[in-house]
Amino acid sequence: MERAYYFAFVEGDFVVLPLHVLIISSIVKILIIAHLLIIGVMAMIWSERRVSGWMQDRLGPNRVGFQGILQPIADGIKFLFKEDLIPNHVDKPLYVLAPAMLLVPAMITIAVVPFGSSLTIFGHEIPLQIADISIGILYILAITSLGVYGVVLGAWASNNKYSLLGGLRSSAQMISYELTLGLAIIGVLMLTVVEPGESALSLRKIAESQGKALWNWNFLIHFPAFLAFTTAMFAETNRLPFDLAEAEQELVAGYHTEYSSMKFALFFMAEYMNMIVGSAVTVTLFLGGWHFFGLENVGGPVWSGLISFGIIFVKTAIFLFVFIWVRWTLPRFRYDQLMNFGWKFLLPVALTSIVVTGILWVTTQSRLLVGIGNVVAAFIVVSIVAGLLVMNKTPEPATPELSGLDAIE
Amino acid sequence: MNAEQILFIVFGGISLVGAVSVISFRHPIYSALALIVTFFAQAGLFVLLGAHFVAAAQVIVYAGAIMVLFLFVIMLLNLGTLSASGSIVGKLKGVAIVLGLLLAAEGIYIAVNALNETAVASAQPTAAPVTTYQIGELLFSKYLLPFEVTSLILLAALIGVIVLVKRDGPDTD
Amino acid sequence: MGLEYYLILSALLFTTGVIGVLIRRNAIIIFMCIELMLNAANLAFVAISRHLGETTGQVFVFFVMTVAAAEVAIGLAIIVSVFKHRQTVNVDEVNSLKG
Repeated sequence: MERAYYFAFVEGDFVVLPLHVLIISSIVKILIIAHLLIIGVMAMIWSERRVSGWMQDRLGPNRVGFQGILQPIADGIKFLFKEDLIPNHVDKPLYVLAPAMLLVPAMITIAVVPFGSSLTIFGHEIPLQIADISIGILYILAITSLGVYGVVLGAWASNNKYSLLGGLRSSAQMISYELTLGLAIIGVLMLTVVEPGESALSLRKIAESQGKALWNWNFLIHFPAFLAFTTAMFAETNRLPFDLAEAEQELVAGYHTEYSSMKFALFFMAEYMNMIVGSAVTVTLFLGGWHFFGLENVGGPVWSGLISFGIIFVKTAIFLFVFIWVRWTLPRFRYDQLMNFGWKFLLPVALTSIVVTGILWVTTQSRLLVGIGNVVAAFIVVSIVAGLLVMNKTPEPATPELSGLDAIE
Repeated sequence: MNAEQILFIVFGGISLVGAVSVISFRHPIYSALALIVTFFAQAGLFVLLGAHFVAAAQVIVYAGAIMVLFLFVIMLLNLGTLSASGSIVGKLKGVAIVLGLLLAAEGIYIAVNALNETAVASAQPTAAPVTTYQIGELLFSKYLLPFEVTSLILLAALIGVIVLVKRDGPDTD
Repeated sequence: MGLEYYLILSALLFTTGVIGVLIRRNAIIIFMCIELMLNAANLAFVAISRHLGETTGQVFVFFVMTVAAAEVAIGLAIIVSVFKHRQTVNVDEVNSLKG
C-alpha cells in the first residue's frame, strides 16, 4: 500500500491523498488530458489551415461544418478508409512500428506538465497534474529525446533514399538542438524557489515560483535562454523553419514519403501533439504557468482551479498561434545553416545564460540584475560569434564536390 | 509477492531478453533497437532502486544520445548483415558460449555467497530515494576532481573525433 | 528485494555482453555489447549504493556514463574511418596494420 502510493506519486509533497482517491483522480485526469490532446490536434489542424489561409489572403477550408470546423473529422475519416498500403520493399516490422514510436513519446510527455493549480472536490485537494515527479524536467528531456526514433526508424524502414536522407538529417538535427534545449533550462532551475527537501526539477515548483509577480516570470529573467529554448523546440518538433527532415522541395516528403493512410495520419498527429506539448512546457517553464496577475486566485477552491486551467489553456493556444505565424514568416534553413545556427549561436547563448545567471544570482540576489545581465551577455556573445564568422569567412567553391557521405550535408 | 518484486521480474526479464536479442539479431538496426529496450528496462530498475536522477540520465544519455549515434552510423554506412563465411568464430561459437556461461556462474556464485562475508551483508538497506540534491552535493564537493577529469575526457573525445573525421583538403581521402 | 537478485541480473547482463563480443564479428554490434557490459556495471553500482544507503555509487554511475559517451563518440568515428578505407566493419577483415 505504502509502496504503491509511492510509485504513483513520487515525492508529491504538498498533498497526501488516500490511495483510492489517488487512483480514481489519476485515471480521470489521464482520460481528460489524453482526449484534450487529441481534440487539440484536430483543432490545430483546422486552425493551421484557416490561419494559413488568412495569412496568405485566401480562405482555407470552410465547407465542412461551420467555417470548416469539421474538416479535421472529414480528413480523419478519409485517412481511416484509405487502403493501408505496405510497400513490398520495406522492412515490415519497423515500418509498422515507427509511427507509434513517434506518437507515444509525444503523448506521454504531457504527464508531468501541470495544467492548473489544484481543484478541491469532495474535500480532497487534487493537483491538476497527472504526476508531479521529482525529476519532472529531466523526464521531459528524456522522453523528448526518444521522439527521434520514430523518424529515424520510419525513414530507414521505408527503404527509400529520400526517406533515408530525411531520417539522417532529422537525427543529426535533434541531437544538436537537444543540447540547447537542456542547457537553456538550467538558469530557470537555479532561480526556482524551493523549500529544503523539495526538488527544483518539478514542473509544479517551477510554475509556482513564478507566481508572485510578472517580473518573476522566467522569460523576463532569462530572455536569451527563452529564445534559445523556443528555437530549439521548433527544431525538435520539425516545424518550419527547421523542417529539413521533410523538406518537400528536396526530399518529396522526407521520412514519411512511403507512408499512407492511418500510418501517415499518426505521423501527422504526432507532429501536432509535439507542438501542443512543447507549448505547454514552454508556458510552464517560462511564461508563468497558470499565473496571470492574480486572476488564478479569484473565486473559491473550485473556481480558482478551473480558472488556472483556463489561463494555461489560453497561454498555450497563443503560443501555438506563434508556431503557425513563424511557419509563414521564415523560410527554411539550408542544412549547413541549421548546424551553424545550432552550434555556433544557440549553444553559446544557452551556456552564457548559465554562467551569467549563476554569477549574478550568487553575488546580487536580484532578479532584475540577472535579467539585464543575461541580455547584455547574450548580445556580447552573439556579436563575438558573428564577428568571428565574418572574419573567417572563406569564399565558397563554385561547384562543391559531393561524395556519398557528403550527400546529407 | 509485492509490487517491487513483480516490477523487478518484469524489468529484469525485459532487460535480459533485450540483451540476448542484441547479440542474436542479424541486422545491426534490430540489435540497436533491442539495446534501447534493455536500457529502458534498466532505467526502470533504477527507479525501483530509488535512483530517479540516474534513471533519467540513463534514458537521456544512453537511449537519447548514444543509441541515436549508433543508428546514425548504421544508416550512414548502410551496414547490412555480414557474411559469416571464412570466420573462425563460426566454429568456436560453442566454446565462446560455454566460457560465457562459466563466467555467469562465477558472477552468480559471488553475488550469492561471497557477499555474505563482507561488510555489505551487515548494511541496512534504505528505502528512501536519493534526491538530485544529494548527488549534486557529492559531485561538486567530494568528487569535484574526478568530475573535472571527466570533463577533460569529454574534451579529449571531442577533439579526437574532429581529428579522426576531418578532411584535410582536396588531396587526401 | 535483496541485493543479490540485482547482482545476479547484473552478472547475467555482463555475461551476455561478453558472449556478444566473442561471437559477433560486426564492429558496431561488438561496440553495443561493450555498452551492455558498462550498463551491467552501472546496475551493480546503483544496487549496492541503495544497499549501503549512500550516494557514492550513483555518482560513479555518472562517471561511467560520461566515459561511455566519450568512448562511443571516438569508437564510432574510428569505425566510420575504417569503413571509408576498407568498405567493411567486419573485425576479422580489418587485421592488417597497413592502411
